[in-house]
Amino acid sequence: MNRLELSGITKRYPGCIANQDISLTVQPGEIHALLGENGAGKSTLMKIIYGVVKPDAGEITWQNKQVVIEGPADARRLGIGMVFQHFSLFETLTVAENIALGLPAGQFRNRAELKQKISEVSDHYGMKLDPDRFVHTLSVGEQQRVEIVRCLLQNLQLLILDEPTSVLTPQEVGRLFKTLRQLAAEGCSILFITHKLEEVRQLCDIASILRHGELSGQCKPADTTTEELARLMVGDDTPLFRQFDKVQGGSPILEITGLVHQPDDPFASPIRDIGFTVNAGEIVGIAGVAGNGQEELLSLISGEARSAAGQVKLHGRPVGRLYPDQRRKLGVGVVPEERLGRGAVPSHSLVQNTLLTGFGQMVNRWGWIQRLPLRKLTQEILDKFNVKAENIDAQAKSLSGGNLQKFIIGREVLQQPKLLVCSHPTWGVDIGAAIVIHDALINLRDQGAGVLILSEDIEELFKICDRLGAICEGKLSPVLPASQVSIQRLGQWMAGEFTESASNQGAPAYA
Amino acid sequence: MDIDLLTNILFATIRTGTPLVLIALGELVCEKAGVLNLGQEGMVLMGAATGFIITVVTGSLWLGVGAAMLAGLFMSLLFGFLAISLVANQVATGLALTIFGIGLSAFLGTEYVGVGIEGISQLEIPLLSSLPVIGKVLFSHDPLVYLSWGIFAALYFCFRRTRLGLTIRAVGENPESANAIGMRVMLVRYGAVLFGGAMAGLAGGYLSLAYTPLWSEGMSAGRGWIALALVVFASWKVERVLLGAYLFGAASIMHLVLQGLGFSVSPNLLSMLPYIATIVVLMIISNDTIKAKLNTPLALGQPYRPQI
Amino acid sequence: MLRLERRPSDSKLMMALSPVLAIVLTLAAGGTLFSVLGHAPGQALYTFFIAPLTDLYGWTELGVKVAPLMLCALGLNFCYRARVWNIGAEGQFIMGGLGGGWIALELMHLNDIWILPLVLLAGTVCGMAWAALAAWLKTHFHANEVLTTIMLNYIALNALLYAVHGPLMDPDGFNFPESALFTESVTMPLIHEDYRLSISLLLALLVLAVMWTLLTRTLLGFQISVLGEDEKAARFAGFRTRWLTWMALLVSGALAGLAGIAEVTGPLGQLSPHISPGYGYAAIIVVFLGRMHPLGILFASMLLGLTYMGGEMVQMDLTLPKSITGLFQGMLLFFLLACDVLIGYRILPASRQNPQTAN
Repeated sequence: MNRLELSGITKRYPGCIANQDISLTVQPGEIHALLGENGAGKSTLMKIIYGVVKPDAGEITWQNKQVVIEGPADARRLGIGMVFQHFSLFETLTVAENIALGLPAGQFRNRAELKQKISEVSDHYGMKLDPDRFVHTLSVGEQQRVEIVRCLLQNLQLLILDEPTSVLTPQEVGRLFKTLRQLAAEGCSILFITHKLEEVRQLCDIASILRHGELSGQCKPADTTTEELARLMVGDDTPLFRQFDKVQGGSPILEITGLVHQPDDPFASPIRDIGFTVNAGEIVGIAGVAGNGQEELLSLISGEARSAAGQVKLHGRPVGRLYPDQRRKLGVGVVPEERLGRGAVPSHSLVQNTLLTGFGQMVNRWGWIQRLPLRKLTQEILDKFNVKAENIDAQAKSLSGGNLQKFIIGREVLQQPKLLVCSHPTWGVDIGAAIVIHDALINLRDQGAGVLILSEDIEELFKICDRLGAICEGKLSPVLPASQVSIQRLGQWMAGEFTESASNQGAPAYA
Repeated sequence: MDIDLLTNILFATIRTGTPLVLIALGELVCEKAGVLNLGQEGMVLMGAATGFIITVVTGSLWLGVGAAMLAGLFMSLLFGFLAISLVANQVATGLALTIFGIGLSAFLGTEYVGVGIEGISQLEIPLLSSLPVIGKVLFSHDPLVYLSWGIFAALYFCFRRTRLGLTIRAVGENPESANAIGMRVMLVRYGAVLFGGAMAGLAGGYLSLAYTPLWSEGMSAGRGWIALALVVFASWKVERVLLGAYLFGAASIMHLVLQGLGFSVSPNLLSMLPYIATIVVLMIISNDTIKAKLNTPLALGQPYRPQI
Repeated sequence: MLRLERRPSDSKLMMALSPVLAIVLTLAAGGTLFSVLGHAPGQALYTFFIAPLTDLYGWTELGVKVAPLMLCALGLNFCYRARVWNIGAEGQFIMGGLGGGWIALELMHLNDIWILPLVLLAGTVCGMAWAALAAWLKTHFHANEVLTTIMLNYIALNALLYAVHGPLMDPDGFNFPESALFTESVTMPLIHEDYRLSISLLLALLVLAVMWTLLTRTLLGFQISVLGEDEKAARFAGFRTRWLTWMALLVSGALAGLAGIAEVTGPLGQLSPHISPGYGYAAIIVVFLGRMHPLGILFASMLLGLTYMGGEMVQMDLTLPKSITGLFQGMLLFFLLACDVLIGYRILPASRQNPQTAN
């Protein structure tokens, strides 16, 4: 008996087809990978199974019975649980309250019984949890456990995980895989969405690959090379793996010493005594699990948040008190994590969004906007960085994630910064765009600028960075040449273990 | 100060505070669910006008109270349709509701200005009302005052203890997540908005049927707005709404107190007091940004539409 | 059933069409209302919207109403573009009239050419100061400006009442709550002596031109719109958000104050408890109806000005209450907000296959 069978699932959105005639089956106790690039339609398909999104056509068969899944509550009644990439948790509620809300009313007689059960289940699967903690005090990894435990408290037959490893340290990934294998051994099916090939080969029994909304292939990952998997994902005409030379930087551009910051947002993370340098002509990467101070560090360098003057220096000049526009005049370019709604104003045109950081050059001293040069610069960004947009007057929100990121990076790069700070440069963009972005960053480096990258994507960091470090709870690890950092060591750094340990012998993973 | 004066002041404080309690509790539920309804003033006026008219026409006070609530409900349904179903800007929609309510209530009530009715009479609770001081202060009110306490208790219990309370909070904090785990976000928000409307209508009915049994244009005198400030003052906590409402009640009867003590100050200057008090309170409360951030429902004022 | 589907980008067509649609719906609803009240809808609508403008006098009277509405609305537009929800134009208008009127009463017996400009300036500054209070409360104490400006409106109204019942009451006025009549030297010059229309309309048109330039051609206008659309982007770009908030409120207060003093020294000619028939609130509707664009605001203030004249007209001709004006204004804003959904969304019939998706 199949646990789940999809046939002919189709879902269209205005302007794109998310899923086209997709059919696949999942067996009991099977760990099934759903592999594909960003935008290939993986998430939509999973949301269809979980009842969040309704398909335009197609049938779902659950344990040999055809079903129509009306909503998440319906899916959970059938025994389907899902952990979204963006967790469905409520920060100001406790773990127990969060879990209670996801269960049918009356499943537990009282709060005490529920807490008891939470502890039992989380212990059984090796995921320690305190039911009384408020969710906003938990780490991302712990929040993921809340999500999983919430699914486990019902009669779980199929667990869907959307990019679960992107928010974890390598060590946490190991623990998660152990839990998943235990679950599968007990007969629960697992649908595992990812774009990371290595993980699929480690964990999954079978993989279905999506490309442009269609099922492009199915295979047993154990018998398939990483290269073959990648080909199924991206098609024949895209270059797969690129190597960039590692270089040594020149004189210091950005110097950070003893940087401390206590944000006035209760949900933000403080910065605790950080110090490092970015030199001319090198790319420095800082890894870390989300919410460990990356955003605050970026704000302190961009000028959106301010510190004591001497804690941030540009070319030896203290700039800690300066505002973003003043720092930009000194040659700082910034690509923030939120592209829409910080890096670009969603409802404004691309021209206006060019002006957003380009006003230093595009406004004369009387405050008049120089319209023609501004339009020319915008067109140049679109041309040079291969941004697909209707025209330069298109609204920023009408661009796809990858194109918007190319636009923002182009906007910053064309202003010829001496220092470019870039958060999650290729998060959520397709491979084609990622290549353009990586090339742009490497070019900028080779022209002698310093580049700082904050990312959760370890693979990417190893690929393009010359020196590497990690941030954890607002503290920074040592920043060492990439060739001297192993993936294990970076994982320890991400977990906050900064001291030299004996296990630091492994070969660098991606270097 | 003699004890009779004090008793009278406390009694009047509770009477004056009651419409604020009602409006603010309604708005609190609404904001907990993430919807900011700035149309309170319009809903209160509609409640007051409709309640009064129905009472004059039918001769029944309780039909009037019911009609007042229905009027508030109808107004909030308009708001809900625009702000929830049509994802309109909540600030603009609330303002529209207020402007519309002021206009419509004045229009409907034109012929009823100056008409007199017998207001809702006081219900002295046996035994308790004969207690010294507190008997008069707490147990000699009209039934709507007791009703406001009942609603307060119900809401206190709801947000402390029940799944419904948790659900409302969850929807106001993160509607996307709430939708993803299967809550009916739109339904919860509609429910909260309608509850707020009924409460505002009830407060209007209280004003025109019990507090000053008459109808005059714009008679709520900004109480709808003050109640909005009260919710901020209360940091979205039910028990502090009650406290704040009575504090404001006390501030707005200051002129009675001063007159009672023999001072003579221009009535126009004295009627500024509640508004000035509101501003001062907002200053003090909003200044603590960290606390404000922790208490404010995270998705307050953000429209939500599920992706389908 | 119907469902909404998000457009990939906003529809410029609907942006322009939505106010037209809203006006049509308001007329339809108004016609229905009139017929329910026992009047022939066509005739009543004619009385409300057309009859006031059948002669030149009517048009000049419209100008009398348009000038204050437009001044208030142009200021509010500046605020609303920055998403600073100043609801206080009414109070700023009153304070402008009150403060300027007070100076006028003090100086009106002098006969110098600079007296009127000084009085206008005083009114402008008073309106600005009243808005500055809200700006201070917002930037220093993070107090919600919607609530503070509303409260300031009530305070301003009571201050006006206090003044005309007390210190500024005309000693020879038989105890009416009104100030003395202003003299020639503190009265706004008329455009033509047969009509009440003063040069304040020209002033308003000048402000419109300046605002238009400011909003579309200068960095300040750009910064204001970024702050409004996306505060995070404004901080990211390095705009001084506090300073912009101050600017928005000060400009808005100044223009409302100017409107107030121009009204008092113009058509009214004295201080009285009713110096504003709600211009400050109606201006809010003008801004939304005018699409936050100066030219749109010109047309929208004409329409809103007309609702005041129509209200008076139906009161005289059909003996309906004047408050019908507020009703029409409220309906107009409601329908506008409803139609605006079409800018960002398409309305489609719910797909037959999944009727449950509509909600």
